[in-house]
Amino acid sequence: MALDTVAHAAATPDFVLPYEQLGLKEDEFEKIKVILGRRPTGSELAMYSVMWSEHCSYKSSKIHLKQFGEKAPKSEALLVGIGENAGVVDIGQGYAVTFKAESHNHPSFIEPYQGAATGIGGIVRDILTMGARPIAVMDPLRFGAADAPDTRRVLTGVVAGISGYGNCLGLPNIGGEIVFDESYAGNPLVNALCVGVMRHEDIKLAQAHGAGNLVVLFGAKTGGDGIGGASILASETFNTSKATKRPAVQVGDPFAEKVLIECSLEIFAEDLVVGIQDLGAAGISCATSELASAGTGGMSVQLEKVPLRDPSLSPEEILMSESQERMCAIIEPAKLARFMRICKKWDVTATVIGEVTSGDRLHITFNGDLIVDVPPRTVAHDGPVLNRPMARPAYLDTLKPVVLEDIQGPEAIKSAILKLMSAPNIADKSWVTKQFDKYVQGNSILTQPEDSGMVRIDEQTHLGVAISTDANGRWSYLDPYNGVKLALLESCRNIATSGAKPLAITNCLNFGSPEDPGVMWTFAETVRGLADICLEMGLPVTGGNVSFYNQTGKVAILPTPVIGVLGVIQDVRTRTSMAFHESGLELFQLGNTDDNFSGSEWAHLHGQIGDRAPTPDIDHETRLVKLLLAAQEFLAAAHDISNGGFAATISEMVLKSDIGAAIELPIDLIPGGLTAALFSETPGRVLIAVKSSEIHSVQSLATSHGIACHKIGMTGGDQLTINGAAISLTELRTAFTETFPKLFG
Amino acid sequence: MRVGVVTFPGTLDDRDAARAVEYAGAEPVSLWHGSDDLKHVDAVILPGGFSYGDYLRCGAISAKAPIMRSIIIAAEHGFPVLGICNGFQVLAEAHLLPGALTRNADMHFLCTDQQLRIENNQTAWTNGFTSGQEIVIPMKNAEGNFNCDDATLDLLESEGRIIARYVGVNPNGSRAAIAGISNKRGNVVGLMPHPEHAIDLLTGPSKDGLTFFTSLLHSMVN
Repeated sequence: MALDTVAHAAATPDFVLPYEQLGLKEDEFEKIKVILGRRPTGSELAMYSVMWSEHCSYKSSKIHLKQFGEKAPKSEALLVGIGENAGVVDIGQGYAVTFKAESHNHPSFIEPYQGAATGIGGIVRDILTMGARPIAVMDPLRFGAADAPDTRRVLTGVVAGISGYGNCLGLPNIGGEIVFDESYAGNPLVNALCVGVMRHEDIKLAQAHGAGNLVVLFGAKTGGDGIGGASILASETFNTSKATKRPAVQVGDPFAEKVLIECSLEIFAEDLVVGIQDLGAAGISCATSELASAGTGGMSVQLEKVPLRDPSLSPEEILMSESQERMCAIIEPAKLARFMRICKKWDVTATVIGEVTSGDRLHITFNGDLIVDVPPRTVAHDGPVLNRPMARPAYLDTLKPVVLEDIQGPEAIKSAILKLMSAPNIADKSWVTKQFDKYVQGNSILTQPEDSGMVRIDEQTHLGVAISTDANGRWSYLDPYNGVKLALLESCRNIATSGAKPLAITNCLNFGSPEDPGVMWTFAETVRGLADICLEMGLPVTGGNVSFYNQTGKVAILPTPVIGVLGVIQDVRTRTSMAFHESGLELFQLGNTDDNFSGSEWAHLHGQIGDRAPTPDIDHETRLVKLLLAAQEFLAAAHDISNGGFAATISEMVLKSDIGAAIELPIDLIPGGLTAALFSETPGRVLIAVKSSEIHSVQSLATSHGIACHKIGMTGGDQLTINGAAISLTELRTAFTETFPKLFG
Repeated sequence: MRVGVVTFPGTLDDRDAARAVEYAGAEPVSLWHGSDDLKHVDAVILPGGFSYGDYLRCGAISAKAPIMRSIIIAAEHGFPVLGICNGFQVLAEAHLLPGALTRNADMHFLCTDQQLRIENNQTAWTNGFTSGQEIVIPMKNAEGNFNCDDATLDLLESEGRIIARYVGVNPNGSRAAIAGISNKRGNVVGLMPHPEHAIDLLTGPSKDGLTFFTSLLHSMVN
């Protein structure tokens, strides 16, 4: 049929539009009609449907997320807050750092390679859009059971996608997580975090100001990938002769992105843009409506000017296409020539597709016909807000305490440790991380498997930043309010263990279906917990991401709020590694151990999850962070005690150092005895290695900070001995390193 | 002394190579692929990365760049050229070095701290090492598997043009565990691992890589 113009829509009020197939509810469709005073055109419907989707509009979460504003701690570090492409933090010396995590879960299940690849591409453009040079990436990942056949398909594809795309961009991959749990079968979590740096004065915002300024699309040409729901509109309703359904998962071209990064940075350096926005979800619809909405006027766009890879695309498809590696900039006409010269230098296609107007409407024409005439804010920000029903899930009333056999005797200790260290969640991940470039840019100070990833920002002053991402889905399952607090505290502890001071947080909240009242309750509790602890710790939330519908049938994933903490370190040369470099160092455990095994890996290995998450002790954790920073110069090595408990921490340290240790755990002092001493995951603990000459300094600092400091052993030899059990490093290394190659090699 | 560092579209380790040149005490000069102007530099480094996205074959498109026309002519007159990783691939595609870098035997990108043995310390880029010296520098690539025919391998061996080999397990299936080779004259060297990422202990596994760059200074002074 002919083009569905605004005039046609006004003249045919009863024309049936497939709004339900596009994911809009009847009341949402009616609201659009009220906004426009007529039925929407096909193009308008496409725009509203995708911008009002859960992914873009946060309609189920918005009502809860506003707590981050209401409870926001006073922070002088926050330069740009929630709402922009990514938050920006002041790290001193005139530098600003921006960091953000996003999910690409569903595409990564359907097409693991491209899903993961374009996940990296999207988050990198978000960072770039702020005016920053991207300097590192991290990937928190969750998969189904390690030995399930589909996990092999998904994991190897996701890892190849991150490797194939991320390596080609020249961004060091400095950390992340890999966790296996049955609940992620069918719903893997592929979160990607990127961090970037700029000078304060170079911060860019997504705003379209100044009537007469030009709207320029630059980067890759627009193709038919990632159209998803909009293809229903285009191919089935408006043009039935078109047979092919287009791929719903976007296809990435990392080379195009690398060139786009360098081209954009050169454009920023010459101060050639008024505002800038990347094209991600919802493509041109999102970029134009958000830029116009954040500006002072309207915008007119001539859609036929968009350079196409596929000339058969309909206007609806052009609006919806999620083709990767594209950016949209607002340019003053006088600066266009310089802008175009830089694009030509980098062989980047750039096209003026419209201009900022003095009106208040977003007008889009196609070959002269008006196909979109909307108030931009109604598309970008006035989406539906849902107050979905919530109910405390019934499973919380049927939880059972963990019941474990006590471990006794050297043989039992040895076999238990070897079992733990070869378990997929604890085992060596280097089969994966060796596929990622950790060296490029030459500023990587600490990388996986260290407690946090650390990069140098300034080669002269040695200023640096550290990032850690953490989540414990099992604790969030047992107690969502405290689970997320524990994740944030662990992340802060990781930052401080490496020698950096926690400064700000981001988050990526992965949950099941918001239509399930139980899931919605765990989500609401999580947001409440996160907002509360950020206020208590004085850490600003710089931004975040919500991913719902990680659910197969009635089975949701474990609630998985991934917390990313950014820390700053004044001199990266003082960082603390988990590896010690000499024998004869004294080993101390900071913090006390208790006998709660709920949510621990040791319980998981015995098929149990338990009944109660640990209680977060914010006061203790705050003092511990301060102690770690105060004692930094005396620490030869330090490693957080978390997943797998003490046994995993000491094993990882001796293997990384290639030097053994002799350990005598004071089991009489520990509730739960040896089993707890080895495998309990009591939060708020760190294992440190100290030169004998520095012991007094460390102990007196521990005392003054009110942190228990237990001497538990000494480094040296070629084996790990623990309370009479001896394991050679060779045997330990074999158990630790065999698992991944066997499963995935 | 001025050392050019070429940037192709998709080059990644250019700033790292420039940093290594500075650490060694020389002046890095940025060279652009689209120009044939060598800016009066005394030597050139083709750094690592994914120039042109590795499309067609790794290094194949870059080998045809205007800057390469000048480098090929200069190299034939003894001008020192070091190709690192993708730069090695470019040199092979430009026929300044023999053989080809193919997909790693296990088909994966591999980033690791790699042990090497310096087999020839007579080139412009390796004269600061002792013969047989074992070093550790990062390696990171997906197409580092050096291949050539038997005659070429015999020639490389007999002329002492294998400048470095992998020690221990062959990481990528390279013939004769070759990590780097030179041309007959020894001024053009291709190396798969990355010496520019081993110039200090803060950011690299060792300082062994710096010697490639100080070797150049030494050979120029003499």
